[in-house]
Amino acid sequence: MVGEMTTNLWPMVIALAASAYLLKMFGLVVLGSRRLPRIFDRCLALIPAALLSALVLKDTFSVGQSLVVDVRLAGFAVAVVATWRRAPLIVVVVLAASATAILRAI
Amino acid sequence: MRGDPEIRRVVVSSLTLSGAVGVFALSFGVASVGAGASVWQTCALSLFVFTGASQFSAMSVIGAGGSMLAAYGGAVLLAIRNMVYGLALSPSARSLGKSLPHRLLAAQFVIDETTALALAESSPRFRKIAFWTTGIGLFSFWNLGTLIGALAGSAIDPQKFGLDIAFPAAFVAMLRPHLGTKLGRQTAMLGGALCLLSISFVPVGVPILIAATAIVLGVRNGR
Repeated sequence: MVGEMTTNLWPMVIALAASAYLLKMFGLVVLGSRRLPRIFDRCLALIPAALLSALVLKDTFSVGQSLVVDVRLAGFAVAVVATWRRAPLIVVVVLAASATAILRAI
Repeated sequence: MRGDPEIRRVVVSSLTLSGAVGVFALSFGVASVGAGASVWQTCALSLFVFTGASQFSAMSVIGAGGSMLAAYGGAVLLAIRNMVYGLALSPSARSLGKSLPHRLLAAQFVIDETTALALAESSPRFRKIAFWTTGIGLFSFWNLGTLIGALAGSAIDPQKFGLDIAFPAAFVAMLRPHLGTKLGRQTAMLGGALCLLSISFVPVGVPILIAATAIVLGVRNGR
């Protein structure tokens, strides 16, 4: 949303690329058929639920550090309905973006 | 061998999924440049990070004005699940790749879709076919989609087309499969609440890391 290319993002891109690969590789190649303790397994499986939900709310209701309710709420609502109706990912995004754009144009 | 209908079934379902995900990559490309990454950085994310939720998460935090460290932290937490997938696939690691370099290449393709389609097959041979066709197909389409999206995104004003909503919309769609269990729903609610409560008090992006503590719910509950 800032849209300025002032910061150099390469350190983040490179660190993330290395970490993401090492995690994949660690599970497939290094750990082999060793198993994680069940409790560990269960907690790790919950990470996407916790983070994706936080990301949804952050992107819908915040600008920087302040909570705001604006036209994005409509886009969010459309995304929820489309997801509920089992629309493919891209359809969810396009419908939500269209709703937001139309409301902004009015 | 050639006309084996079973092989065709596996290949067709792998490529269908790859194509669909590739179209979704368009939205990552557009959203990423809209959030401030260059076309090159956007393409590098898809080529080398190659795990959608982490890529979206990192650029969502950057786009909101968060630090690179906060963006990195949330994205890595989301990438941990690929390690778990790697573990799940590891009993068949030797059939996925005969040599170590082969397996090291396979590792880059360990993501939601390849794991799901590979583990859906019971024979090692089909498992290998499903893994590699999905991996290579998805990697190709994901990166092509990203490039086209990034080029298109740098030519338009993302706000005007409502494309800033691409982030939460994508997250909603990616969240859905995790809401199937009661524990998943509780974790999502706690994570969301922690994020909203902390947003005004900590730097941008950090609420996402705080939300991750919601996974302690997994310590007690069985299901």
